[in-house]
Amino acid sequence: MARVEIANAGVDPGGPAAPGGGAGRTAPVGAVPVLRRAAAALTGDTWPGFLVRRTGRLSASLGVVVTASFAMIHLIPGDPVRAALGIAADPAQVAARRHDLGLDRPLPAQYGSFLANLFHGRLGDSIVSQMPVSQIISDRLPATLQLVIPAVLLILLAGIPIGMLAAVLTRDGRRRRGELAFAATTGILAALPEFLLAVGLVAVFAVWWQLFPVAGQSDLSSYVLPVLSLTVVPAASLSRVVRVEALRVLREDYMRTARAKRLPARLVYLRHALPNLLTSSLTIGGLLFTSLLAGTVLVENVFAWPGLGSTIVQAITTKDYPLVQGVVLVYGAAALLITFAVDVAVAAIDPRSTVRGT
Amino acid sequence: MSSLELRGVGVRYGRFTAVEGVDLVVPDGSVTGLVGGSGSGKSTVGKAVVGLAPLTAGRILVDGADQPRRPGRTAVQLVFQNPYASLDPRLSIGAAVAEALPKARRAERAAEVARLLGLVGIDPARAVQLPEALSGGQRQRVALARALAARPGVLIADEVTSALDVSVQGAVLNLLRRLQRDLGFALLFISHDLAVVRYLCDQIAVLESGRLVECGPTAEVMARPAHETTRTLLSCIPALPARTAPEAT
Amino acid sequence: MAATTVRGVVSAEPPESFARRLRQSLRTPIGAAALAAALLLAALAVAGPVVFGDQASKIDTSAMNQGVSGAHLLGTDSLGRDIAARVIVATRLTLRLGLSATAIGLVGGLLLGLAPSVLGRRAGRAVTGVVGVLVAFPGLLFVLFLATIFGIGSTGAVLAIGLALVPTLARLIQNLATSVAGSDYVATARILGVGRFRIVVRHVLPNIVEPVVLFAAQAATGSLIAFAGLSFLGLGVQSPDYDWGRLLNEGLSRIYVNPASALAPGVAVVLAGLVFALLGEAVAQTGGRRTAARAVPAARTPVAMNADGGLAQTPADVDGDALAQLTHLRVSFPGGRTAVRDVSLSVAAGEAVGLVGESGSGKSLTALALAHLVPYPGHVQGVVRFDGHDLLADPRSGRRLGAELAMVFQDPMTSLNPALRVGRQLAEVSEVHLGQSRKAALARAVDRLAAVGIPDPERRARQRPHEYSGGMRQRAFIGMGLMAEPRLIIADEPTTALDVTVQKQVLELLGRVRADSGAALLLISHDLGVVAEVCDRVLVMYAGRVVEELPVSRLFQGAAHPYTRALIGAIPTMTTDLDRELATIPGRPPEPGEEISGCAFATRCAFARDRCRGELPVLAPAAGGAGHRVACWYPRAGDGGTVTDDTDTDDTDTGITRAESEAVA
Repeated sequence: MARVEIANAGVDPGGPAAPGGGAGRTAPVGAVPVLRRAAAALTGDTWPGFLVRRTGRLSASLGVVVTASFAMIHLIPGDPVRAALGIAADPAQVAARRHDLGLDRPLPAQYGSFLANLFHGRLGDSIVSQMPVSQIISDRLPATLQLVIPAVLLILLAGIPIGMLAAVLTRDGRRRRGELAFAATTGILAALPEFLLAVGLVAVFAVWWQLFPVAGQSDLSSYVLPVLSLTVVPAASLSRVVRVEALRVLREDYMRTARAKRLPARLVYLRHALPNLLTSSLTIGGLLFTSLLAGTVLVENVFAWPGLGSTIVQAITTKDYPLVQGVVLVYGAAALLITFAVDVAVAAIDPRSTVRGT
Repeated sequence: MSSLELRGVGVRYGRFTAVEGVDLVVPDGSVTGLVGGSGSGKSTVGKAVVGLAPLTAGRILVDGADQPRRPGRTAVQLVFQNPYASLDPRLSIGAAVAEALPKARRAERAAEVARLLGLVGIDPARAVQLPEALSGGQRQRVALARALAARPGVLIADEVTSALDVSVQGAVLNLLRRLQRDLGFALLFISHDLAVVRYLCDQIAVLESGRLVECGPTAEVMARPAHETTRTLLSCIPALPARTAPEAT
Repeated sequence: MAATTVRGVVSAEPPESFARRLRQSLRTPIGAAALAAALLLAALAVAGPVVFGDQASKIDTSAMNQGVSGAHLLGTDSLGRDIAARVIVATRLTLRLGLSATAIGLVGGLLLGLAPSVLGRRAGRAVTGVVGVLVAFPGLLFVLFLATIFGIGSTGAVLAIGLALVPTLARLIQNLATSVAGSDYVATARILGVGRFRIVVRHVLPNIVEPVVLFAAQAATGSLIAFAGLSFLGLGVQSPDYDWGRLLNEGLSRIYVNPASALAPGVAVVLAGLVFALLGEAVAQTGGRRTAARAVPAARTPVAMNADGGLAQTPADVDGDALAQLTHLRVSFPGGRTAVRDVSLSVAAGEAVGLVGESGSGKSLTALALAHLVPYPGHVQGVVRFDGHDLLADPRSGRRLGAELAMVFQDPMTSLNPALRVGRQLAEVSEVHLGQSRKAALARAVDRLAAVGIPDPERRARQRPHEYSGGMRQRAFIGMGLMAEPRLIIADEPTTALDVTVQKQVLELLGRVRADSGAALLLISHDLGVVAEVCDRVLVMYAGRVVEELPVSRLFQGAAHPYTRALIGAIPTMTTDLDRELATIPGRPPEPGEEISGCAFATRCAFARDRCRGELPVLAPAAGGAGHRVACWYPRAGDGGTVTDDTDTDDTDTGITRAESEAVA
């Protein structure tokens, strides 16, 4: 809409009775319009403009994460080193460790070297194990990813079809009882905390039926319960979201158009409804994926899974602040990248979402 | 009462120019029609006068004094197009009208609300009701009463009848015309319907792409439209043979 | 639409307060269940530690790590303490911590969420930006981050979880507040000089109460679970205190010995979470109840609706030549709303018929019924025939409508699928109905786009609807109807959503298309001028019935029904007398649920007599001539009087007010 009006706005109507027409307009000449057009392309409601804006936001958010993880150690009330080493620690030892960590230098200098180290992939050493934090993270990250990636795929493959089917079967208030059953089942599943589900799954499948191991990362069967624990809750949430979105889409005028065209049901739902609900569902799905990251922390602890999640909890309990710092950084950056990827995917599916403000 | 004057008014949203170089005078106690197609910027002009749209160029004067740039209590009031959106669904219609009254004692307020509701033809006993209990036409009357409660010198009516059925539209227009004549405020009547504008307005201003393309006394503009846009708008009025029929037969 | 139909059921009672609506919704099954469960939970929290406190802390070395037994319902822990008692006692601490965190989150969320509405534009944008960044992080990450700072323990955990709730709640409240703040009534309040803070308190908050309560309930569930998680990780409640999360942690280590000891606290967390969720649902329903409660009086009016009387009109002659025919059509909805009471109409091949009426007259549903598209749960009775096939009796015959019936809807913006290219949307019609190949269908789509006057159709076919202007979208939509061989085009307010300046072009296009294809046209409109321009024959609908049917040539001089004449008289034209008030129709049309005895227009009619109020007039041939039928006991004489004289008698504004007030009483 706006585009059409912009196109017209420059046209001088030049009507005979136009009072004040053409007053104060300076026509841009030469290179200025070219530059202006380039700037417009980058800041306007276009695909490159969207990418530029979105990347800008991503960098700003990453900056926040970096700063927050740096600030964390300074926000801890009291002396974090003394807290980490214990009250009985020798003052000289505390001072030495403070020096090792650079905590005795002025704050801006610390921030500067923190950024410089980060740039070179150095995140400091663990207070407890003395190992480089980056080393610990790269050891543990694969185990976490091996849970997250299958979980994400399963969530999408289960959540979208189930939600869509539920919407089609219960549209416009059909099958009230089926709607109730779906809402109740997925509602309870979606409200279930991952770690409780994990405990339940362990009790049933590992302790009673002894189908899968209780904990630890070993052969393929050891993956089943952790992945399932991560999948069920977000899949239930996603199917609820998809259903609501699908019901909204099914009420749209263009779905009436599709029915008026007497298209077969397959086309009506898959071609006309699905693309329209994917965009909004994916946006909300992005939030589910970031919360999946958090879910790994708990699930890994239930299954004693050697990933980042169990690492950060150990680090917090042992007050191993550099390690906490590093893992928080990784998790935060991962969350931002996921949201970024989802936004870009949505924009690719639906060009309208590149319009500013959405 | 008051007059409204626009001098070189421009409104831009980012790089998009909605209104540019509009000069218009709405004299004290008269009615000016502001017409144009959708997207011509006619509603934006109305919003700019009350500070709801950012004024990026020019001046807006009421009785020779500059209007503030931000919305606030001034001599200008605006009635919106959609009566279903312009009343707070959680506020009784009496409270909505009372909110617009100048500060006064409680008893006086109640009496004044009753008087205003009566003025627009709503039973004052309904003051306790929520907007949902009212029809579209009645809501628009309440919106009018609320605007009048602020004792406006200038009233802006933004497509006030386009959300209403034809049979209700007439009643609201009659009311607006009667109130304007009785109370003598200056009225800026924004509409796309030239037949309605012709009935109500002393003067017509035509907008196209944010610019004023024609302005003059109603009869003159109707009889001799100078600009293409005006002619197009005129040709869009459906010809109803009935109105000429009595003379013809 | 639904809202407007309910609105008229007027009662003089004072507005319902939020508290009263809350009480109402607590009386529903969900509300009652939520309330009972919440009370039970509260009772456990208050009385639990008092009653079971001793049992829960009594160390019994003779009964360590026992399984489920009569003496210990859920077994004992490593110190021989009764787990069932410990779960009950832990209720208080768990709820206290969870609710404290929720309170922190809610207060923070409200402050940050409402800040943009109170602060100036720039400061508001800054707050929105900060919240936007924070909200991208998962809550638990926040909690861990904050727990590291505040240290391990309950206080730190409450702060961490509470603060971690803030960004999400703030974002949700921001979104709600922004939509209210952008409304016309807030704009009006600003023009009236109402202060920002006062606007928030008076206009914004009351309009977002229900969703905020729902969010708060969800936040309570969330913080309960987060607490359990934190304690489970050993970062929350520390020994010797215990909440459900800590019990769960202890239970997990004994899961081989006694699974119940791990499951019981887990189940407690889930159940408590459900109670909060239920409470939230019950409160959220409060908002929906408002309109629902209003609808009841309408539904309650006896729908005796003399079923026979409803069909008392003379049966329209079964017209063998009619292309499309409706006989005694009645469309009703659950709750007694009858939008179409009794409509019979037929459209002959190649004919252009106009269906005119004001909002709520049932004209659109009549058209949808003819196209077999009445939305569920609408109930269609009567006979709907298209080309000799009974659509209601044999739903499969509806398939052929795809090729032979074209629809044009009011808003081309929303009626075209935003996600699909325009060419694709056209092409699929002939792919499905004519069995054309994808390529051939696309070529035809380009051809049809050209036929409806879209420049550069090949490029345009590859674009999506949002790249089209309003008038072009409607052209493309009409082109879509021409993909097969339409024999009837049903156009439902095809120009209403368009800019005045392109309305005429679209009407001309419809006329040309009809001339080219020989298709019949059923044009539904509230605008008599539009109908007069395009159609041969007009049917005027009022309150779900056809009140008059006449050739367009007679519409403006020879209308016989007082309603038709009043409708014509109410349209301001270029010759309207400037010295008189505009003609209006006093009163308001009946609600779809209302029972009407006699003529539905009688209450608003200046010529109504007793017979009109008691007896339903049937559509009968009028004096005017062939093809003119009117449902009126006292039709107005044909060409005689001027329309304005007839209708201008008593419809001053006070007249309307009186009629409207009467409708109230």
